[in-house]
Amino acid sequence: MADTKYSWPTREEAQIIGSRRNRLDGMEKSTGAAKYTYDVNLKDQLIARALGSPHAHCTIASIDIKAAEQTPGVVHVEVLRKVGYEIKWQGDLIAVVAAESEAAAAEGVTNVKITYNEMDVFVQDAELELARKAGRTAPAGGKSVTQVEPGDDDDEDEFVEAEIQRLYDASPHKLEGYYGIDAITHCCLEPHGSTVQWKDGKLLAYLSTQNVSGTDEAFATDLDMTSDDVEVRCEYIGGGFGSKFAADYWGVAAARISKETGRPVKFMLSRDQELKNAGNRPSGYLKVRIGADNNGVVQVWDSQHWGTAGVRGGGISQSVIPYVIQPPNYRRKAIGIKTNNGQARAWRAPNHPQACAMTQTAIDDLARVMKKDAFDVFAANLGNVANGKGDVYLAEMKVAAEIIGWKDKYHLHGQGPSKGGVVEGMGLALHMWGGTANSSTCRLVIRSDGSVESSCGTQDLGTGTRTVCAMVLAETFGLDLDDVTVNIGSSKYPMSGASGGSTTVGAVSESHRRAAQDALQILFEKVAGQLSAKPEELVAVNGAIHVAGDKKRMISWKAACSRLGVQSIEVSASHKRGDASPLSNSGVCGVQMAEVAVDTETGVVKIKKFVAVQDQGLVISPKTCESQIYGAVIMGIAAALYEQRISDPATGAFVNAELSDYKLARLGDVGEIIVELYEPESERQRGVIGNGEPPAISPVAAVSNAICNALGVRVPVAPYTPQRVLEALQGRA
Amino acid sequence: MSNKRVVTATINEETAEFLCEPRQTLLEVLRDSLNLTGTKEGCSNGNCGACTVIMNGHAVVSCLVLGVEAEGAEIQTIEGVSCDGSLNEVQSAFLEGAALQCGICTPGFIMQTEALLAEKSNPTEDDIRFYLAGNLCRCTGYDKIVRAVMAAAEQRQVTTG
Ligand code: FES
Ligand code: FES
Repeated sequence: MADTKYSWPTREEAQIIGSRRNRLDGMEKSTGAAKYTYDVNLKDQLIARALGSPHAHCTIASIDIKAAEQTPGVVHVEVLRKVGYEIKWQGDLIAVVAAESEAAAAEGVTNVKITYNEMDVFVQDAELELARKAGRTAPAGGKSVTQVEPGDDDDEDEFVEAEIQRLYDASPHKLEGYYGIDAITHCCLEPHGSTVQWKDGKLLAYLSTQNVSGTDEAFATDLDMTSDDVEVRCEYIGGGFGSKFAADYWGVAAARISKETGRPVKFMLSRDQELKNAGNRPSGYLKVRIGADNNGVVQVWDSQHWGTAGVRGGGISQSVIPYVIQPPNYRRKAIGIKTNNGQARAWRAPNHPQACAMTQTAIDDLARVMKKDAFDVFAANLGNVANGKGDVYLAEMKVAAEIIGWKDKYHLHGQGPSKGGVVEGMGLALHMWGGTANSSTCRLVIRSDGSVESSCGTQDLGTGTRTVCAMVLAETFGLDLDDVTVNIGSSKYPMSGASGGSTTVGAVSESHRRAAQDALQILFEKVAGQLSAKPEELVAVNGAIHVAGDKKRMISWKAACSRLGVQSIEVSASHKRGDASPLSNSGVCGVQMAEVAVDTETGVVKIKKFVAVQDQGLVISPKTCESQIYGAVIMGIAAALYEQRISDPATGAFVNAELSDYKLARLGDVGEIIVELYEPESERQRGVIGNGEPPAISPVAAVSNAICNALGVRVPVAPYTPQRVLEALQGRA
Repeated sequence: MSNKRVVTATINEETAEFLCEPRQTLLEVLRDSLNLTGTKEGCSNGNCGACTVIMNGHAVVSCLVLGVEAEGAEIQTIEGVSCDGSLNEVQSAFLEGAALQCGICTPGFIMQTEALLAEKSNPTEDDIRFYLAGNLCRCTGYDKIVRAVMAAAEQRQVTTG
């Protein structure tokens, strides 16, 4: 077989790619037929519930499970933590009770008796001085860049200090600012968990996971078996957002209980356990001074930021500060704080949303103090963007401005009219992301009846992965979506990387296109003779194979496949992460603009309109691609206005770990949202790039800037709650 | 357990008889005893709407209804919405309008929409945003959901005249 030259059809040639197809699994999802992990009910299964620590910091003094074991309906109690174990956050799971029903398991949990020795707690992540006094801080890196470099005899730190000060003093426009963003949780609507069945030395684990191909090992190691004897399945998942990459200790505990009892076990975290244990996004707070020239081009940036990723400290990486706009001279320093909160997990575009919210607010404040249009100040700084794509940002800014009506509606900060105490404002923010295609393998079969079936150990988080796989196959074979069968969601299928970092659409497009092109090549070789043509002269379109430019020399798809007889075409094709490829790429920009109305009497912020312009290379499935952006924007609006983890400073308790108190955006809270896919030929030709993360980055900064534009005063820390808005207004008074 | 009761209800137009403990919720009965897992569980305390079903003509969050309260009730779940294996107007509008992503909130939204349309066949955008405010979508498809509900209302008016 000649080496296949992998490529995408042009915009004109494409029949399916780029067309507005419904998602493949919409029928199952809208009828309730789709089975999520939470829905898997196996014969004789036990239901497990867990006891979490009521204290944020303590050691376990004693554990007594007798009463729990004797509770009617309880079959097994699995103790996860030993006496003496140091608990470091509230909710850490201590024991799991498996019972005949959920109610019996819950009753069993209340009968587990534990005593604790309480210890000091610290959860005030915004308070750097308090954290220092409590001994909870640790340096988390930094970097200095100056255009003028220190001489050989200079002490580097002293030189940088003096140079930054000199540049700052020499700047005609100066700004000192404080910005922050509180920790939020992933809060997946389907909590973390699994339904597992141990049988005859093999484990079947229905796991709510973003990582079907990469979680079998953790079960295998704990249960002392090989990963070949473990199958992880996830057909449907109710949200992950970066928090569901691992089997987790509770998943492994369920497997142990199944092995012990010989019965299947369903163990899903309760809502408060989900919020406390299963993922949160680090907080960040930043103090900065910047100096700019008369055009608003930032010449020097000097910042220190802090925050927490939980018990292990950490926080927002210093590497993304200042964000996108990177002045020629900067100094950045990060400090991590260890708090008694559950450890953070990856959250859509790790570090970027916080970096954007902490630094692009400063750029907007520069426009405020210079009494300039924020659009012009951002545009003036595009010569200094970290990814060198100033031209793309400018083009996208223009598109967004046109859609939102920036020119007509924009006023200088705080200069808009007040209508009954309500003021309006507009703000913008820029973001960047990688989105490299992950590794992925696709096995593909074409049978003599014309059927096409693929298998790939990837997963569909609701992002449309299944649909993309089918669209790529159908496009390549000139078939329709109904003509191809796509199998995903099992670790028994060929390996495909975890779905994180916007790597999946690139990954599956790579593996499916490669496998399809390889298979088609074989089929062409089989039928070329009959059409008196060379294989390379053939094309597959509209359910037929014909000679390019000569539709008369054709054979239907079915007839072509019937020539295979008992010998199906079976191919396997892979893409390895990082390998250069004409099919996928990495590196995207994105611009978002928000229009808000702020009630200066109540402090309530309403989103009027929100525009997201996003590039992502070649768009396979516009409908699901747009959905990703809508979803990301709404999540971002929630983080801007409502979401925060609230910890009690005295006890460390996560006091709003229920959906009644952990405020998410509701249907009435989001205004009009307009999504624009930016896909000129220059972008399309780059190949496929994932877009799950990038549109989740800018919303907080864009909303913050719009609020500041409305009020003329900055509300420094997200979420911008009514209380914080009023405090900021009073601060000005 | 000994204190289990027999409850008889009409679920999706069929008589259903089930055994349930007084402490079990309707949600638990539907999902665990009757295997009607189209009704989803998001919080178990009435705050997400994923478990919405229609009981005696009203939308209820089934996690806040006890199984024994279903005695004699008429209940419709997501499994009883589509007719003859094809999607009804609301389901089609959600599918066509890309108003679902992970889809775990979708059954709850569809049931709440059914209740809304039964009450108001021609809801305004504000009506929709207000009526569906109890349903959470984390993914989140809110914008598209509003449009889907409007499209469904329109389509239903055409079909029912
Ligand atoms: S599960 Fe009933 S409202 Fe959330
Ligand atoms: S589609 Fe995932 S929660 Fe709504």
